[in-house]
Amino acid sequence: MNRSKIYPLLVPTVSVLIALAVASVIIVIIGKNPITAYAVMIRGAFGGAEQLANTIVKMTPLVLTGLAVGFGFRAGVFNIGAEGQMAIGALIGSMVAINMGAVPSIITIPVVIVTGMLGGAIWASIAGFLKAFTGAHEVISTIMLNWIAANLASFMVTGPLAVGSGTPKSPEIAESAKLPIIMKVQATELSIGIIIAVIVAIIMQIILERTTMGYELKGVGFNPYAAEYGGISIKKSIILTMAISGALAGMAGIIDIMGVPPHRFVGELTGGRGFDGITIALIGRNNPIGIIFAALLIAALRTGSNAMQISAQIPDDIVIIIQGIVIFLVAAERIVASIIYWKRKRGELA
Amino acid sequence: MPLCGTPISLIANDIKGREDSLPIFSIVGDGGESVSTLKSGTPDFSDYAVAMKGIVKKFPSVVANDNVDFFVKKGEIHALVGENGAGKSTLMKQLYGLYTPDDGEIYINGRKVHFKGPKDAIDNGIGMVHQHFMLVDNQTVAENVILGSEPRKGIFLDYNKARKEVKELSEKFGLAVDIDAKIEDIPVGMQQRVEILKILYRGAEILIFDEPTAVLTPQETEELFNVMRLLKSNGKTIIFITHKLNEVMAITENVTVMRLGKVTGNVLTKDTNPREIATMMVGREVLLRVEKEKAHPSELVLEIEDLWVNDNRGLYAVRGVSLEVRAGEIVGIAGVAGNGQTELVEAVTGLRKVEKGRIVLLGNEMTNASPLEFRESGLTHIPEDRIKRGMISQYPVYYNLILGKHSEEPFAKNGILDLNEIKQYSDKLVEHFDVRPRDINMLAGNLSGGNQQKMVVARELDETPVKPKVVVVAQPTRGLDIGAIEFIHKTIISMRDQGIGILLISMELDEIFSLSDRILVFYEGEIMGEVTPEEVTREEIGLMMAGHKKAEVLGERGDIK
Repeated sequence: MNRSKIYPLLVPTVSVLIALAVASVIIVIIGKNPITAYAVMIRGAFGGAEQLANTIVKMTPLVLTGLAVGFGFRAGVFNIGAEGQMAIGALIGSMVAINMGAVPSIITIPVVIVTGMLGGAIWASIAGFLKAFTGAHEVISTIMLNWIAANLASFMVTGPLAVGSGTPKSPEIAESAKLPIIMKVQATELSIGIIIAVIVAIIMQIILERTTMGYELKGVGFNPYAAEYGGISIKKSIILTMAISGALAGMAGIIDIMGVPPHRFVGELTGGRGFDGITIALIGRNNPIGIIFAALLIAALRTGSNAMQISAQIPDDIVIIIQGIVIFLVAAERIVASIIYWKRKRGELA
Repeated sequence: MPLCGTPISLIANDIKGREDSLPIFSIVGDGGESVSTLKSGTPDFSDYAVAMKGIVKKFPSVVANDNVDFFVKKGEIHALVGENGAGKSTLMKQLYGLYTPDDGEIYINGRKVHFKGPKDAIDNGIGMVHQHFMLVDNQTVAENVILGSEPRKGIFLDYNKARKEVKELSEKFGLAVDIDAKIEDIPVGMQQRVEILKILYRGAEILIFDEPTAVLTPQETEELFNVMRLLKSNGKTIIFITHKLNEVMAITENVTVMRLGKVTGNVLTKDTNPREIATMMVGREVLLRVEKEKAHPSELVLEIEDLWVNDNRGLYAVRGVSLEVRAGEIVGIAGVAGNGQTELVEAVTGLRKVEKGRIVLLGNEMTNASPLEFRESGLTHIPEDRIKRGMISQYPVYYNLILGKHSEEPFAKNGILDLNEIKQYSDKLVEHFDVRPRDINMLAGNLSGGNQQKMVVARELDETPVKPKVVVVAQPTRGLDIGAIEFIHKTIISMRDQGIGILLISMELDEIFSLSDRILVFYEGEIMGEVTPEEVTREEIGLMMAGHKKAEVLGERGDIK
């Protein structure tokens, strides 16, 4: 009992430690001191108010894209399109937010968030419908939709929505659509976005564990034949799962615009954060609470690596290596499980 | 084939009457110790192909083999029977080198052995026909047989020699196979013969058959028995693991019974009977044939009219079937697997599309209704494949016990699951249906097969939130042991007596005979005729299962009804 409670935490933790160890070998090979490097990295991510704020700002959309992908996994759907859904959510949400100047925040903020979620949900539902009614695999269709979304986003910021000169960008969203600031350190503004993201994670946990919807969707994910036998509509489940997953990704997109300057839609804004959702869902083992911590880890690696590059002259590619090894180990869970088992056994013998 | 329950002279306790018996005499119904009459000093086991003495095998939570003695004479067919979890498989895995005994000795042909792995066992002439075949689907029969010990010409495979050797072997032992056919294209019975050829090719003298008839039709079973007899006449020794007592009676000479890790009996087959073996297996008297009162069918509950249903390839699997089920009766569908029963069941429960025809449930038109609509109208379903359809292995027992009723009160209100209510209900249900262990938090996939089936049966037959009106029961006891079968049969009969209409589909003729009030015989998607268990013999039903109409079959004996 006890062991099974600890075990889900153990694999990701051990994976991260192994990844850091492997990366330190690489750091030694390029002639640097890994201890210094990691010290700089930790300071860069958590070393002060500004660093902490930076990490949390980066973490906010990652929690949501992690939830998007993780929720899909739980219900047996591999939504690889969080990237595109995030862009569409940000685009649709911004289009509404730009025109909300005369409306008070208390109305604007929920309306904008909901439109962003709807944008992502509708975009993802396309793949859901295709899977439910034609059997088209969601990995293929969501990748295709990612490209369509990216090009649509570029078109919108260079054409209909474009303002000013230089980099393509939309007008700034209305003041009333910006999320309230919790903390401002120099240039970094920490908005309530993170609170929203954490609340959403808790809501997702409740949906998964306490509702008939969660029961049905997880059931379809585990065994669609038994779910069908139990009176659950597989088609409905697939579409609903994609819609919810897309809504979370869309929320990630719009929350980012509402909470982080310059508060403009700039087209290809997502910077791979949709794909990071896959990593985060894997590390968090598709558990909403685990995903919060996984997102924190990835965000910390990102901010920490900037500092590492600047003050320790270690290329921030090292973070990509660490991330890659973690994914590899978490995905190939048996490797880590065997290592833990072997260590425990040796410990018992000694 | 002898009927289960046929009285055979009961002289099992007459030990003196068995000159050619074993060095252990133990007919101990109460789980006792076997008495060894071996002389002290080096034991002489040279008459025995297999002698396993004092075998102990412990696992962290259970003693799987507790001082087990198991002796098999050269050239005999020896049955090893026992309920699931009795320790048969553990014992055989030690003989096959998959496990090492914690204590005890193993002798093969009188020589003491220590197996480090299956390879050692194979080198000592032991072969195992596994319950789940281990064949390469897209290779030919010959290729599968030689896989791992291929004849070579230089560095190349000598396929011609391989074909020749396999052909000779198959002729010698009467194992009819098409040596150039691919495994995926041949029927299950032939695949099993390929498995047997594989182990013979590796020089097996002692063959272990692990529940070989579980996947076979009655005809294929008969063919397998012929092969076993031929193997025996060629001097091979056979260990036959089974649940089915009529098979023990039909083919074996000697029976060892295990229960809870111990040997509870060892008797000559000719000196015993199914009832006695069942008692040794279960530890108490068992009803091999459930007793039931005459049925009192009342109103029509399920009506099927000229039903046509496709299989997965889009060909008609059910061809114009009409049948009726009334409240308070059990209608059995007999037939060899794959004659459209699966498709019929799926159509009648909303899982498969109806091409033509009608399904009427309690007077409501239900043709092509969804599984949920069928459930809500009072039809429940014990599916034939419990792992695939009947449960979600990764869900705990308490979640599985509400599958299909999970949105109904009291289990959920406004879309929120009431976990307290669900758990309390589940605790009651596992108690009432004797699901072991009584741990509703356990994942369903970790239960034994029999307890998984009890869980499914409990869910489908229970009256919360509403009492079912019609239950479609498919293969309710597949792979279960005698104790569990008895329980499930009793439950089905009591449901009938409460006025529920039951449509029973089973490949086990015994089950059809002992439960059904009326029997419909299926062949290639059509009904060959309707009979009652009293009016026909098994042989006559067998003929109908092979495609003869009732009139032909009963006409032959000259009393058409």
